[in-house]
Amino acid sequence: MDVGLLGQFVVNGMMLGMMYALVAVGFTLFFGVLDVIKFSHGDVLMVGTFAGFTTYIGMTAIGIDNALLQLVGVLVISIGSMAVMGAIIARYLVLPLKSAPPLNTLLVTLMLGTVLREAIRLFYPDGSNPKHFPALLPTDSWAVGSFTLRADSAILLLAGLLVIIGVNVLINRTRLGLAIRAVAQDEETAKCMGINFKMIVLLTFALGSGVAAFAGVMNGLYYNEINFGMGLLLGVIGFSAAIVGGLGNIYGAILGGFLFAGLQTLGAVALPFSSAYKDVFAFAVVIAIIAWRPTGLIAEKTSERV
Amino acid sequence: MKILGKSTVSAIAMVMTLTVGVGVADAKDKVKVAFIGPMTGGVSAVGVGGRNSAELAVQLRNADPEAKYEYELVSMDSECKPNVGVQVATKIAADSKIIGLVGHYCSAVAMGAVDIYHRFNLPMSVWGAVLPDVTYANDYKEIHRVNGTMINQNEVAAKFMTEQGYKTWVVIHDTTDYGKGHDKYFTEYLTQNGGEILADFGVSSDQQDFTAELTKAKQLNPDVIYFGGLTPLGVRIRAQMEKLGITSQFQGVSGIKSDSFIEGVGPELSEGVVSFLEGAPVDKLPGGQYFTEKYQAAGFAESEEAYGPFAFAAMTLILDGIEEVGPNRKKLTEYLGNIQGYDSIVGEVSFDDHGQNTVAAITKYVIQDGKWVVWEDSEYVDGTRKLAGK
Repeated sequence: MDVGLLGQFVVNGMMLGMMYALVAVGFTLFFGVLDVIKFSHGDVLMVGTFAGFTTYIGMTAIGIDNALLQLVGVLVISIGSMAVMGAIIARYLVLPLKSAPPLNTLLVTLMLGTVLREAIRLFYPDGSNPKHFPALLPTDSWAVGSFTLRADSAILLLAGLLVIIGVNVLINRTRLGLAIRAVAQDEETAKCMGINFKMIVLLTFALGSGVAAFAGVMNGLYYNEINFGMGLLLGVIGFSAAIVGGLGNIYGAILGGFLFAGLQTLGAVALPFSSAYKDVFAFAVVIAIIAWRPTGLIAEKTSERV
Repeated sequence: MKILGKSTVSAIAMVMTLTVGVGVADAKDKVKVAFIGPMTGGVSAVGVGGRNSAELAVQLRNADPEAKYEYELVSMDSECKPNVGVQVATKIAADSKIIGLVGHYCSAVAMGAVDIYHRFNLPMSVWGAVLPDVTYANDYKEIHRVNGTMINQNEVAAKFMTEQGYKTWVVIHDTTDYGKGHDKYFTEYLTQNGGEILADFGVSSDQQDFTAELTKAKQLNPDVIYFGGLTPLGVRIRAQMEKLGITSQFQGVSGIKSDSFIEGVGPELSEGVVSFLEGAPVDKLPGGQYFTEKYQAAGFAESEEAYGPFAFAAMTLILDGIEEVGPNRKKLTEYLGNIQGYDSIVGEVSFDDHGQNTVAAITKYVIQDGKWVVWEDSEYVDGTRKLAGK
């Protein structure tokens, strides 16, 4: 295999890994503050992408056809609306069930995911068909031998990296992050220290859902295609990535996301038989890792959660 | 007990009165017929188009004063999932009031359901599924199919593409019966025509990312990338080919020949994509104009999509049968078994021993300016435009 081809596989895998990591970060944030699994996360991502897509159609309709302006509009509306939606879900579905068994939250959000998915399919105009997501980034490409890097892929990778770094800085270097970490560590003590628990939970859910919306738009820009079912597999993979990396740990989620993408790419490239089994391969390895390290690769310091 | 008995009796009396009341106004007996298709999920657009078309056949028959019965259509959603499909098939087959069925766009679902129809003696005709095994892998006399199969389709496709001068292919297919069938027959006919397949990838039918498979394909640098599967995957593969800078010609199968494919890929990228479809476009069908007029007049919100006319033809055939032999499953099966040279809107229908329509034409399509155009009518045929790599 020549170097160009190898490079191509690496870029493909990194792109996938970036998207998985962004989804996994959400799962890990929610689990961190409230010890809940929010299974509608993938579908929130999908709704965010459709919100962005609708914004694009709207902006084109009112005559704004500058790609940069459109991109900003799409991102602002998509991330903003999903942040609000995440907070609403936390306020009215997750927080009321705080003292109920965690299984209830899991079920409720699982059902909410189905509601969101079916709502888009049924009520979005022609929602059951795949939609063409516009290419808003420059599409110049550089080709070296069998390696092709497109400007939009490079920008997306960079932007994804910046968002991950941004979330990391937010969690580890700001007062808000300090509050989130305090709540994650011990809810009661955090409350005693004067932290507004409810507000922190809502903000965390808004943050996680906003990041998911960003991942969704990134997905749309990269594949130029969106559909109502796109969140389903992304949700499952993001969740597995968060678990395998160590639920509750942000570095774990990132590691898990890239690990999963790497396994999938490896499965498609190196397996001698049909590449249809690449997901089987990736999930099987994840099962093995979980059996080996039940608390994830980078375990949370307080292991009582798992 | 007594009270219960009384109320039951009075309920029956009421129902009887009502039935008599209706009977006076309209002396026709009610007969139920059924439709099954994927009305939710990724290929729901085609399913809804088929349902509307079957509905149209029933509406037209009910509006006909000479019809002997009044028909009621029961339509159910298979979601293009075999497990769901088998459930709805059982539900319909077990309802003895349902006399005939027009069912199945998804081959994987049809394969699971045909045994049920045989067990319950329910005569049916497939309206869209193209896997040959649906009719050929069994001897069930209940099973018929008005549309052609992927055998005919791939025979034409392989011959046509080699005639265009293409020599090497990479095949990507989904791992359902539908995708595997296309892979099998295309490979068979392509080899006969002297084409070479460099690699063959099976992919799962809900996969989002194909960059790994396509990167491998790119290394092999084929003339054509053949995709055997349905629209959602076809859209993703075509879009991702562009991302990796693959300039090979993209060749699809009947499963991507829908307006949703063009909408999903966008007009620029879809330009020059070729596909093959059993039958002929609605306006080229013998009864196409009639069908289009009636379909538009009925005011359905969705388009009939590629297989609507077949659903219409199959339903009309079943209704004709019921008119002729009465609402009886066994007699209807017998009637369908003897169909030769039946005149339908999709052309002549003649069933062979397996209930397969043997007069199935295949039409070649290419996307030109964001529309599926019959190859012979396109600007590609005289060289004004050229397929990729030509």
